[in-house]
Amino acid sequence: MSDVRDLSVAAGLAAIEARDLAAAEWADAYAGLPDELGAYLWRPDEPIGGEEGPLGGVPVAVKDIFCIEDVPTTAGSRILENYLPPYTATAVERLLGAGASVLGKTNMDEFAMGSSNENSAYGDVRNPWDTDRVPGGSSGGSAAAVAGGLAPCALGTDTGGSIRQPAAFCGVVGLKPTYGSISRSGMIAFASSLDQCGPFTRTVADAALLLRVMQGADPRDTTSTGIAAGVEMPSREDLSGVRVGVPRELASEAEGMEDGVREVMERTIALCESLGATVAETSLPNARYGISAYYVIAPAEASANLARYDGVRFGERVAAEGLDDMYELTRAAGFGPEVKRRIMLGTYALSSGYYDAYYGRAQRVRTLIARDFENAFADHDVLLTPTSPTVAFPLGSRTDDPLAMYMADYCTVPMSLAGVPAISIPGGLAAAPDGGPELPVGVQLVGPAFGETALLDAAHALESAIGFDTNAAWRGGADA
Amino acid sequence: MIDRKQVLHVARLARLRLDDEEVERMSAELSSILDHVETMAELDIEGVEPTSRVVDAENVMRADDVAASLPRDAALANAPDPASGSFRVPSPQA
Amino acid sequence: MPESPDYEPVIGLEIHIQLQTETKMFCGCKLEFGAEPNTHTCPVCLGHPGALPMTNEQAVEYAIRVGLALGCEIAPRSIFHRKNYFYPDNPKAYQISQYDIPICSGGRLGDVRIHRAHLEEDAAKLTHVGESGRIHGSDASLVDFNRGGTPLIEIVTEPDIHDPAEAREWLTLLRETIRQLGVSDVNMEEGSLRADGNVSIRPVGSKELGVKTELKNMNSFRFLERGIAAEIERQKAIVASGGRVEQETLHFDPASGSLTSLRSKEEAHDYRYFPEPDLLPLAPSPEHVEEVRASLPELPAERRVRYESELGLSPDAAKLLAYDAALASFYEEAVAAEPDVDPIVVANWVTGELVAASREAGFEHPAETKADAAGVGAVARMVDGKEISRGSGRELLAELVANGGDPAEVSERLGLTSDDGDDLAAIVAAAIEAQPDAAAKVKAGEGKAIGAIIGVVMRETKGRADGGEATRLIREQLGL
Repeated sequence: MSDVRDLSVAAGLAAIEARDLAAAEWADAYAGLPDELGAYLWRPDEPIGGEEGPLGGVPVAVKDIFCIEDVPTTAGSRILENYLPPYTATAVERLLGAGASVLGKTNMDEFAMGSSNENSAYGDVRNPWDTDRVPGGSSGGSAAAVAGGLAPCALGTDTGGSIRQPAAFCGVVGLKPTYGSISRSGMIAFASSLDQCGPFTRTVADAALLLRVMQGADPRDTTSTGIAAGVEMPSREDLSGVRVGVPRELASEAEGMEDGVREVMERTIALCESLGATVAETSLPNARYGISAYYVIAPAEASANLARYDGVRFGERVAAEGLDDMYELTRAAGFGPEVKRRIMLGTYALSSGYYDAYYGRAQRVRTLIARDFENAFADHDVLLTPTSPTVAFPLGSRTDDPLAMYMADYCTVPMSLAGVPAISIPGGLAAAPDGGPELPVGVQLVGPAFGETALLDAAHALESAIGFDTNAAWRGGADA
Repeated sequence: MIDRKQVLHVARLARLRLDDEEVERMSAELSSILDHVETMAELDIEGVEPTSRVVDAENVMRADDVAASLPRDAALANAPDPASGSFRVPSPQA
Repeated sequence: MPESPDYEPVIGLEIHIQLQTETKMFCGCKLEFGAEPNTHTCPVCLGHPGALPMTNEQAVEYAIRVGLALGCEIAPRSIFHRKNYFYPDNPKAYQISQYDIPICSGGRLGDVRIHRAHLEEDAAKLTHVGESGRIHGSDASLVDFNRGGTPLIEIVTEPDIHDPAEAREWLTLLRETIRQLGVSDVNMEEGSLRADGNVSIRPVGSKELGVKTELKNMNSFRFLERGIAAEIERQKAIVASGGRVEQETLHFDPASGSLTSLRSKEEAHDYRYFPEPDLLPLAPSPEHVEEVRASLPELPAERRVRYESELGLSPDAAKLLAYDAALASFYEEAVAAEPDVDPIVVANWVTGELVAASREAGFEHPAETKADAAGVGAVARMVDGKEISRGSGRELLAELVANGGDPAEVSERLGLTSDDGDDLAAIVAAAIEAQPDAAAKVKAGEGKAIGAIIGVVMRETKGRADGGEATRLIREQLGL
């Protein structure tokens, strides 16, 4: 074996099974690595866990949005700077229970609000393909860790694209399962009706391995239903008989789509056809209103979810004589600008006199978008779109224009609103419009609710045909 | 358009103290975001039911069985100002 | 001068009742009144990041019981909302409550219509402690989250009450109804029953509602009555002096009898209600609702009607028995033991003599004395059948209350059996003869003079004669 860090989750497990690798060695190979990308916020002296089980020895990086008992958990926010949770998130508990071992907590946009990881209170994360560029967000640290050879897999959360978009920007696999598949207990809430946990991996099969362990109903999250039919390991090598739909609103008609992204999409469509799929254009007529609906619903829920950071029971407090001064100063000092912006937006959208025009209307648009997906899945088994209209953009290039930043989620938000599963896999490399090295482009496959097995199967077949090297970035171009 | 006065009102509801510059910037940024959001108004939503959750289930509840509570030390471990086994706050009546 | 119009008060009540479940509304922490502060808390009821609510099935069941007992319709599908406001006793800064679709709506109890009843969680306990020591001159409060998250049902009446005494009486009926349902201990002193009043006045005959004020948390039945009475007087005085009542929230100080406005200088409340995304709808099946309905005990209001219409009891006696479940079942047992005795006669013994005798003997409740129901029934029969005088009956009852025993034996032992009604008539005749002056005065209409004759009767019977019966016989024999 050339390098333990080359191993995918499945390959590592096979190596342990074959006694070519000791379970503890695997995590140790990652433990002392320098983190020049700023991917981690916290790493333990010794990896946590690593017992026997179906994932025995698998090292995993965990987004800092998941509570782990007595492990610093900040959600990328100053307001939780010294917070030590009294309990562990169910998703992490299940991974630990299956024998996985936690490498550390990864950097993220504050409270998962952002698409570039530039909203972290603890510094930027750099894209391993080009360290002057963003890794995407909000799970930027997790994506960079996997692409940057700092972890073979990682946990993220996706509210409007926070797994899929950074996976695309960093050239790894990112899966957002059906809403309700994995418990949200212990996952710090951004927008409760949209938040969903999912894995970053180097292969589709690895995503399936992690999903199989994490999914399932949890008494601590009564909205978690699990995937009743279970998740099979993907095995398909072709797409014969698979009906692929390409929604024009998120593909050919998508605003601001870069040429490089367009080319990768065209190549991917051709590849699908060569694998035996029938590819047809389809329509999600209301998807273009996704960003509008999302940027009402998510901030509205966030405004309530983040109200608990009030300096009373945990978190940082700014001392003041009066209660209201304490509240207002604590929250002013503890939250960064994007979080404040969204709290303001959400509070406004729910406030007396505006509820119907904003929140009420957005909920109805959400219904229309969910119906669009139902209609599309009547004729198609899987939908194909770019994950993001662009490749990774330079650090600092969008920070002054919130709306431009929000548009990075244009292709991922509709699936979150509909609750359906979606996976981003690397589709190839493309030149950025502003020059520099070629960068990964993600393609997104979308399935109907709880159709993870078929979705992962299709993604696996496509991934094999694309043949993208997800280890290329950290090995420094040694792939060619 | 969301003006200065509205920004201050909303900030008060959200218990966020904003300085003058933040108020100005918030007013401009929120206005521009809301302009985009308002494109939703083009859609005919007459008769469309609102969606507040996408899980198609009901009545998921727990039995009335006692579960372990946190030891008091653990409950107070993160408290910014613990006192007498409780969480101390500036008086709301002050 | 035209007379100023008469005003009638219009009163509605809002009642919060803590449900007597083992655990909290949304987590498994044990409910225990008076425990050491913050010993019954967990991530959920402390509002820790990532913790999610889990609905207590028993609380929902209790709410359905209450709803059915109040004649409400049980919503086939109701949901929870978040009610957003900052306060130290509200850990998430939103209270999970119900808003536009409560679990129970419509209904009636006695003469008062029920508007709605909904489920929610209670706030924590906040104690003012004066100077904190940290910040010079500032006051502090301590928060204890043991109570936070207790299941509450909030019952809102229509404004059907028109008199403070009626408000008190109705609240007594509600308390007894809830108590007999077994869902709460409804103790106003401990706060498991809390009532707010909405009070307005309007000219008699008017159908419009005046501006109402809200009276908060009157913590005893007496204070409720006095507080409402004081508020009605205050409003009448305002109107009489040409002023207008303003909508506000008031606090009644029972010590001074004064009302103070709680209206804060802040902006009006804007609770920004929106559907709670962390919880699924409550949808009890019609079959389940019918099962619950079938399991309800006979409740005070219906029992009172039955006592009046079927047993012919007076409204007062019917209420006295029906509102007290233990006394009612004692009474019904006594009636069943003596099928030939008029239930009215038995009721008089139970509500009159037994209540008095048990109080005299220092028992907490008349159903808890040494006298069993059959024994009390037997005393009623013996007196009614003139086996013994009423006075002897009282003596017998007192003995049964204190020491129990078989009524016939005890009566014999105490030498009560021979004292019958015919003897009394003879004794009365002799007494009239012995007191001719008094007899003449009584005949002439001087009622007080009868005392002299009764005195003789009592002396002859060693005080065992029934004073009422003696009076009746004296008047009869004097031809009055």
